[in-house]
Amino acid sequence: MSNAMKKEMATPQTAKNILAIENLDKSFGSVKILKDINVAIEPGDFLVLVGPSGCGKSTLLNCIAGLESSTNGDIRIGGRSMTGVSPKDRDIAMVFQSYALYPTMTVGKNITFGMKVRGVAEQEQQRKLDEVAKLLQIDHLLNRKPSQLSGGQRQRVAMGRALVRDPQLFLFDEPLSNLDAKLRVEMRTEIKRLHQTLGASIVYVTHDQIEAMTLATKIVVMKDGVIQQAGTPNEIYNQPANMFVADFMGSPSMNLIPASAEKQGDATKISITRPDMEDIVLDFDREIEGLKSGKKSVILGLRPENITDSTNQHITKGQIADCRVDVVEPAGSDTFVVTNLAGKQVTARLNADATIIAGETASFAFDLSKASVFEPETGARIA
Amino acid sequence: MTDWLEKHVPKLVLAPSLIAIFVFVYGFIGWTAYVSFTKSRLLPKYDLVGPIQYEKLAASPRWEVALTNLAIFGILFILFATVIGLILAIMLDQKIRTEGPLRTIYLYPMALSFIVTGTAWKWILNPGLGIESVFRDMGFENFTFDWLVNPDLAIYTVVIAGVWQSSGFVMALFLAGLRSVDGEIIRAAMVDGISTPRIYMSIIIPSMAPIFLSSFIVLSHLAIKSFDLVIALTGGGPGYATDLPATYMYAMAFSRGDIGQAASSATVMMMIVTAIIVPYLYSELRPRHD
Amino acid sequence: MTDHSMNDHQLDERANRNRLMKRIALRLGLYTLLILFALYYLMPLFVMVVTSLKSLDEIRTGSLLSLPREIDFSSWGKAWSGACTGIQCNGLQPYFWNSVLLSIPAVAISTLLGAINGYVLAQWRFKGSNILFALMLFGCFIPFQVVLLPMAITLGALKIAGTIPGLMLVHIVYGIGFTTLFFRNFYVTIPQELVKAAKVDGAGFFRIFFSIFLPVSPPIIVVTVIWQFTQIWNDFLFGVSFSQAGTQPITVALNNIVNATTGVKEYNVDMAAAIIAALPTLLVYVVAGKYFIRGLTAGSVKG
Repeated sequence: MSNAMKKEMATPQTAKNILAIENLDKSFGSVKILKDINVAIEPGDFLVLVGPSGCGKSTLLNCIAGLESSTNGDIRIGGRSMTGVSPKDRDIAMVFQSYALYPTMTVGKNITFGMKVRGVAEQEQQRKLDEVAKLLQIDHLLNRKPSQLSGGQRQRVAMGRALVRDPQLFLFDEPLSNLDAKLRVEMRTEIKRLHQTLGASIVYVTHDQIEAMTLATKIVVMKDGVIQQAGTPNEIYNQPANMFVADFMGSPSMNLIPASAEKQGDATKISITRPDMEDIVLDFDREIEGLKSGKKSVILGLRPENITDSTNQHITKGQIADCRVDVVEPAGSDTFVVTNLAGKQVTARLNADATIIAGETASFAFDLSKASVFEPETGARIA
Repeated sequence: MTDWLEKHVPKLVLAPSLIAIFVFVYGFIGWTAYVSFTKSRLLPKYDLVGPIQYEKLAASPRWEVALTNLAIFGILFILFATVIGLILAIMLDQKIRTEGPLRTIYLYPMALSFIVTGTAWKWILNPGLGIESVFRDMGFENFTFDWLVNPDLAIYTVVIAGVWQSSGFVMALFLAGLRSVDGEIIRAAMVDGISTPRIYMSIIIPSMAPIFLSSFIVLSHLAIKSFDLVIALTGGGPGYATDLPATYMYAMAFSRGDIGQAASSATVMMMIVTAIIVPYLYSELRPRHD
Repeated sequence: MTDHSMNDHQLDERANRNRLMKRIALRLGLYTLLILFALYYLMPLFVMVVTSLKSLDEIRTGSLLSLPREIDFSSWGKAWSGACTGIQCNGLQPYFWNSVLLSIPAVAISTLLGAINGYVLAQWRFKGSNILFALMLFGCFIPFQVVLLPMAITLGALKIAGTIPGLMLVHIVYGIGFTTLFFRNFYVTIPQELVKAAKVDGAGFFRIFFSIFLPVSPPIIVVTVIWQFTQIWNDFLFGVSFSQAGTQPITVALNNIVNATTGVKEYNVDMAAAIIAALPTLLVYVVAGKYFIRGLTAGSVKG
């Protein structure tokens, strides 16, 4: 990543940042887990740390919680430096992947344990417990043991335990990954609703890019301990900073097609070579970084929804090209069509009622207004 | 200060036990090994004189008997306990209705002290009134079973009692192993039309290699440490015919007053155990990547 | 249906019947073998019990395996309070209480230490903690002969040679390895997130142990207590090496009774004494066999 980009990404540190992480490094022995992490969020932000497993996102969360110490750099919560501050004094609450409910305590005791440790008055404990139990609709479960609860109920209890703390910052460590698909979607909505009603500041770790897109006000994409991109879901989705982000975010993921860009006077053309059919040549209406004149190989990034059925009435822009259809995958609301461009599988997203047959040739509309262009060597975005 | 305490509390908590282990295990092993190179007799001496105790050990016919006995006892004890344990486990694995009570019966000897086992078998095997007379009463007038008092055969009585006590334990290990074999593999083999004995021979038993190893480790460890059983059953006799390294060491330490010999024989035992245990512990505790 | 298929049907039936017969024969053979083995394991216990209930006369004239003609409990009384262990003739009774007095504190202390050690080694790992665990574990496997001499000297130096507290110390020290192993292997199955959650909740090392880990531990506590009790009660080597006339544990006393050279050999008293010495551990085995087996297998197969 270039220095220029790093500067651009680093969010300015202001007094109203609820969480600010500056130049954070973390190593285990000689292995660097986190490298030069800079993140800041404002009150009410929902920050999602997303990345493949082993990217360091959970370590980063543990560093914020104070459960692991960082090697270099500083973490500030509510403007206060957290160096040497133990987890209990950080004014945070945390929800874990396995829920980490205390197995021998009832639901009520689980929720009030933290207050009990802190010596909060009995009455106050009860009041807060009632309040949170009502909010999460777990009032009828308070006398049960965790082993008697369903996965979704445990999840609620774990959130209840965090909510009673009423902390400056909530930390969620993959809280939905132990739930089945249906429940996960329900709880996702629930978490989003809680965030909206409470206006809480949240840092949320997940490997699921859909969770990241749906929940976040701000996303940080990580890989190998390095922040790849930080931005709003919209920015991350539409202007991925590099090929990793482009590929990781979105499902089905972005098509990354080897192509060559050519400057012809004022116009820029992108062409995709095909062994068995004639080349596809497309007009591109933006500047490509580093292409002043002549030819250059690039990677063209096109989301499936930007390759559509040419007969679709709603598509006014887009350039038509014929492609052979390899596989047709109806998905109910859409139909995905797989074709082959420049030796790569390319997915197009068509209307559900598209009449298209595998093995035949069909014409597709390519919308390059939302396309990304990447440098093949570095993977960095150049347009 | 409180921060420091908070950070180091786990280590502080562990410290007393660790110190105890370092002194009482490693320190003591070191002491014994050191003394085995001195001329200590009734009292320990601390001038190193080289391996004279080991030379004396090598020249001692009694030690030779002890080592030979350990080999005989160790091999037969491990072999029989493993085979019987495995057979019992496989038989019990055939959906036996009375498995619970049978398992309880096979395993109860493990709850007994070797002294109790030795006392019982000493009585059963005694030539006058024991098993010998049972057979004679049944009409086998010339039946003799005097292993207990026969210097050449007495060590085999130790094997009999040892196997009786420990084979049920091996059964428990193998039974647990059999129960943890992936049922899907067995179902797949059955679908392929492989017979039950074949399934055991070529799929289940080979997959229990780690259990063979564990039971071998435990049994060999029991064999090397065997002391109580010999004391109770034969007292090491007749003469010193059933001496094992463990009883030799004890005799040297506490009745002969020969600390040098006691220390060197104990060191040899330690080395035998180390040769078996260290590779095992290493393979068991090796960090696994998960 | 044709005649042909009728024949096939009959053939099938015969084959089925043959197979069934073979199966029944196989099962019969299996059960016979299992019962024979059961008899082999029970025989010594049976012999001990019937011998202890016979008079000396009957033992000399009767058969080893026959039931007593007349049940005679006198040998039990003698084994408990009158049999000679060398020059003293107080039976097993005082030594039984020695063993009780020895094992209860030794079991309690070694279990407690094992619990807290296991908690550290499973949930509060630090650099090198795995190596320390391996070193502790190795202590379980040493042949104790290698520590007998220095231990005797150390107990003497501490002025607790030949005392019950001295023997207790020995059992605690050499029991820690196993108790730690049991608790560690139990606590590693508990997700580390539990400690993290409790830390965020503000609980410290001991609070987490007592409020969260100890309450989930009863199963492993039972396993450990049974294991340690069986080990200590059945121990002979430490007992015979580090006790003296008045402080011997029951196994040593039993061996002395059986090998007493004075007077007539009283096999019935020997057997009664052996049963008395075995009763506590047998009782534990019968009542809590499941936990006993779990301890045995946990001691040899590490997770």
